[in-house]
Amino acid sequence: MKYKFTKKQKRLLIRIILSATVFAVGVGALFLSPSLPWIGRGILIASYIVAGYDVLRKAALGVVRGRIFDENFLMAIASLGAMALTEFSEAAAVMIFYQTGELFQSVAVGKSRKSVAALTEIRPDTANLVGENGVTVVDPEDVALGSVIAVYPGERIPLDGVIIEGKTTLDAVALTGEAIPVEAGEGDQVISGCVNVTGAIKVRTTKEFTDSTVTRILELVEDSASRKSRPEAFITRFAKYYTPAVCGTALALALIPPLASLISRGDPAWREWIGRALTFLVVSCPCALVLSVPMAFFGGIGCASKNGILVKGANYLELLAKAEGAVFDKTGTLTEGKFRVTNVETKGGIGREELIKYAAFAESVSTHPVGVCIRAECPETPASGDVSELTEIPGRGVEALVLGRRVFVGKSESAAPQDSPGVTVSVVIDGVEEGTITASDTVKESAKDALAALGALGVKKTYMLTGDREVSARIVGDAVGVGSVRAGLLPADKVGELETIMKETSPLVYAGDGINDAPVLARADVGVAMGALGSDAAIEAADVVIMDDDVRRLPLAVRIARKTVRIAKENVVFSLAVKAACLILGALGIAGMWVAIFADVGVMILAVLNSARALTVKNKRIN
Amino acid sequence: MKKTYPVEVDCANCAAKMEEAVKGTPGVASATLNFMTLKLKVEFVEGADESAVMKEALKRCKKVESDCEIIF
Repeated sequence: MKYKFTKKQKRLLIRIILSATVFAVGVGALFLSPSLPWIGRGILIASYIVAGYDVLRKAALGVVRGRIFDENFLMAIASLGAMALTEFSEAAAVMIFYQTGELFQSVAVGKSRKSVAALTEIRPDTANLVGENGVTVVDPEDVALGSVIAVYPGERIPLDGVIIEGKTTLDAVALTGEAIPVEAGEGDQVISGCVNVTGAIKVRTTKEFTDSTVTRILELVEDSASRKSRPEAFITRFAKYYTPAVCGTALALALIPPLASLISRGDPAWREWIGRALTFLVVSCPCALVLSVPMAFFGGIGCASKNGILVKGANYLELLAKAEGAVFDKTGTLTEGKFRVTNVETKGGIGREELIKYAAFAESVSTHPVGVCIRAECPETPASGDVSELTEIPGRGVEALVLGRRVFVGKSESAAPQDSPGVTVSVVIDGVEEGTITASDTVKESAKDALAALGALGVKKTYMLTGDREVSARIVGDAVGVGSVRAGLLPADKVGELETIMKETSPLVYAGDGINDAPVLARADVGVAMGALGSDAAIEAADVVIMDDDVRRLPLAVRIARKTVRIAKENVVFSLAVKAACLILGALGIAGMWVAIFADVGVMILAVLNSARALTVKNKRIN
Repeated sequence: MKKTYPVEVDCANCAAKMEEAVKGTPGVASATLNFMTLKLKVEFVEGADESAVMKEALKRCKKVESDCEIIF
């Protein structure tokens, strides 16, 4: 990705180049005419002013307004002090390097901002409102609920709604990280933020702009800054005491040793000690520290977003990185959450196809999940007159006259003990039980990989919570390789169970689909909502939102989190260590101004470069 | 009521100072400035005059960090 300089950055770059050129001339003049030092010095002062006039202005303004001790103040004092000691080339160099560091930092931040902006660019600016007098382009905020909008190929869908006209494919890659476009036609729900790829469609909006998916997602990402990570909070607190402490020490360094030797009638060596104090000030500039940690976390959050994982705050990245255990909801998280016919047994009277056909016809208007999946299994649909006298027997099943025969589909009288997962219904035709159909929820293929990946990452304690019966829960649990299964829980029991687990395992991650487990999502250390596109309650309650329903994104999130936290720590330790070493060397008079400049600008550049690593995660494959 | 404004500021530390300044402005219930997205989110006190509050907020920001801008 090519980076474009902003106007401000361009201006700064020109100033740095100009100032550096003047600096070279000045140093040359000093060297060539040592008898007339003020010519070279004058040129160096010019170079200094070109590079640092705004720093001086800000420092002066800060002092006037009673806000001293910021980095401008430090740089101004250090460079002016160097000039007072007639070290003009050092003074100008400090300013030039400081500004180079600032420019570099600004570009680096701009770059990482840009790569994260790919996600925030999903904000649609306009909507094509279809009115009586044709189409008008309006602000999406002004589109009322229930209006009809037109979305043309290549445009982003501005508001959530239902397609009422047209057929197309939709690209949700910015939302879910899922690159395969989805077909959508009349009657299908569409989510704002998707790109309409192929055909023009008309959409009746079902949400206002402020409640639309795209707005909620953007808010989520943009608000993530308000929750600061622990290292970030530490650094902010630290910087508050750090700068005054450093200024105090520098002052002491400039005054105490010379005064002490004056008292003992020695040589005060003012020059030497003031020089050391100034070196100390240059080293101590806290910008690398203050910037590097939030930048690492910003990169981490951006990297996660690119992979379809929205993290609501830096603190959740930290918790994810440290996660000891993970709790999964069963239905919809580890399983598809959809019933499918998994077994058909016939008693020999009629064949499999026939059995399904009678059952499907009898269930032709059923909304029960088992009825729906039996219908899905049958290629035929009943013609009018095929099915009559349809009656639903609540709690038992349905009965109907199908093709002249009396068919009952439901719980069998001779209810066999349920030792298999799912639900088994018997099909009775004209009073004879012809066979049984079993429907069950299928395990997600990705779930097993996800649990294995978590185990490999050291998140060893895994649990599954479900309201299901012990038997079917255990079958699913064994299939995906979950450590412990807690079955037979009512939705209200899940919070209690989670709290029990949290007592032994903390921090604990909970992953659920957010449909009936919002309280559990909110209670867990890190609540992860899966497949949460369009589910407002889940987005609200969760700390991390995985946009599609691929569980393998959870271990990926843990990997991103660990990398981010590691980078943030590296930055803190590295910059503190280098600064501490240079401070000591500076105070002892071993390190001069040039080392100090490296300690300031060099460390910052390295920390910023290191932070940029958080933007990418190696091995993007989610398994 | 909540509103979001684009912001121009150069360093993380200055952004933190601006956030404090906006928070202290009368009429502002809460404020967060995200340096990375350069967005200022302000929640106003019920019945506050947005543009007047924002003018005051910008004035306060300029005091702590002369080189900043809020676009409203």
